[in-house]
Amino acid sequence: MRGLADIYTTLFRTDLAVQFQYRAAMVIWLIGRIVDTLVFLSVWTAVARSQGGQVGDFTSGDFAAYYIIMMMMGHLTFTWFMFEFEYRVRSGAFSPLLLQPLHPIHRDIATNISYKFLTLAVMLPTVGLMIWIFDPVFDPPAWAIWAAIPVVLLAFLMRFFVEWALALVALWTTRTAAANQLYFAASLFFSGQMAPLSLLPEWLQTLAALLPFRWMLAFPTELLLGRLTPSEVLWGAAAQVMWLGLSWGILGAVWSRGIRRYSAVGS
Amino acid sequence: MFLLFCAHLRIPSNSETRSPLAASAIDVRELSKTYEVPVREGGLAAALKSLVQRQTRQVEAVKQISFAVAPGEIVGFLGPNGAGKTTSLKMLSGLLHPSGGQGRVLGFEPFKRQRDFLRQITLVMGNRNQLLWDIPVIDSFERNRAIYRLEQSAYRQTVEELTALLDLGALLDKPVRNLSLGERMKCEIAAALLHKPQVLFLDEPTIGLDVTMQRRIRAFLTEYNQRYGATVLLTSHYMADVEALCKRVVVIHHGLLLFDGQLTELVQRFSPHKTIIVELENGHGDLGNYGEIVASSEGRVSLRVPKAETAQVTGRLLSEQPVLDLTVEDPPIEDVIEEVFEHA
Repeated sequence: MRGLADIYTTLFRTDLAVQFQYRAAMVIWLIGRIVDTLVFLSVWTAVARSQGGQVGDFTSGDFAAYYIIMMMMGHLTFTWFMFEFEYRVRSGAFSPLLLQPLHPIHRDIATNISYKFLTLAVMLPTVGLMIWIFDPVFDPPAWAIWAAIPVVLLAFLMRFFVEWALALVALWTTRTAAANQLYFAASLFFSGQMAPLSLLPEWLQTLAALLPFRWMLAFPTELLLGRLTPSEVLWGAAAQVMWLGLSWGILGAVWSRGIRRYSAVGS
Repeated sequence: MFLLFCAHLRIPSNSETRSPLAASAIDVRELSKTYEVPVREGGLAAALKSLVQRQTRQVEAVKQISFAVAPGEIVGFLGPNGAGKTTSLKMLSGLLHPSGGQGRVLGFEPFKRQRDFLRQITLVMGNRNQLLWDIPVIDSFERNRAIYRLEQSAYRQTVEELTALLDLGALLDKPVRNLSLGERMKCEIAAALLHKPQVLFLDEPTIGLDVTMQRRIRAFLTEYNQRYGATVLLTSHYMADVEALCKRVVVIHHGLLLFDGQLTELVQRFSPHKTIIVELENGHGDLGNYGEIVASSEGRVSLRVPKAETAQVTGRLLSEQPVLDLTVEDPPIEDVIEEVFEHA
């Protein structure tokens, strides 16, 4: 494991060096993420005002807190590999990764974490600015903040593994952009990005609980808003562990078959 | 939990399926690869039809080839474009799963891509970039050090050796994107050799490089082979590479093995001609009845004659013509290879 720690440290360091080369592109990506949040936040705040200051059990201040936390959760857990795999397979860029004695997922984990580490320098001041502008109502109990640490880590891991496992579809069909779009549309709705899930009809909430998206974003967000009981948190963490185990199992089962199928196009 | 994931996702290690140490570094037996490729005619109608009924055909890229390479040997793997060379190299390096037969490298089955196997081989593709584009070369080397789990002292020593052999001193601190093609290729080769692989698969390592750089890479490969006893399987369209590096060649065409033997034997077997180059005192003369004139300039005439008649034609030339100089040569290796493919 000492070798693996050295690998991660080195990958992390060199990935940071690579990402420093693309500072402008990185800031533009972040602006996109922030604009998304601002759109949802502005719409729901306006709706709340038009309905006497509240929609369901969300006030304007609650919406502000919800979307600011959601933005941070999105930032901490998002991956881009479902898009990158298509490029890797089509261009043959996957081949060099397969020739080294390290599973490619390790590189991706290191790259993902280094990107987030670097971009926190922009995200944290942005969050501060949004708190100052939108005046969110944010008062979670101390236990919820502590509980958020493993819950956010689980959310990151389960999202990473779910999306990495799904990205392997590119090993069978090199045109995955359409399927990816379907996934991200479902994610937008069922993860609570479009609207807090508690504002959806009962049957949609049930459906959301059966899908993985809620456990990636809405669940840690609701936890940090102080809207969950300890038992709900335990059930939620169990759901995260279940999805993590499932995606991990699928990844393990699919990986070797996918590689066998991979025909090293063009490289 | 994370450690558990790492264990689950590991690349198979050690000798899980490794056979006892084989006498050959590379042992290929009836190795085959068949691709399934979609077939579609041009035009909108064909595109619509393919939505309903997708047609494919089987393409046999490699057909039951067999050969073995001894440890420390350098073998040229020759064939025209599309012959199946790169497919074979990909199978032997573990990138492609064979459709049939077996390839063993250092006793491992390559497609299992076991960690101990990957640590002992390398594949260099002349037209592909594996170094990270945006950071200095030495940082890419550093990544390989960590990934191959090289000891710091051994790594530093290897970098020093490779820097000296390939003259990389001024390049290590430059971002890869600022290097010329030749400089980049030298760095690519160095990066691929940091872990001192025992088997090198080199696919067109000198493609696109100028003559000086080609020569330098050839000299380096010879030195590396001698210093570390590494086995090399090399493809190249530059016959100078083959002549300089390989005593033995394996020739494939349309996926079939055509020849496996010494380069000199290839020339003898496939070239029924010799070239006689004659320089005459008077600078000219009709030599057409001695053989086929293939070149003529400034008093020097190149004649192609059947190999069996070489001695007789040489004797006639010397007795009948005012010869200043006469040499007998084998035809250029390019011509021999062309002959092999033409008659395949």
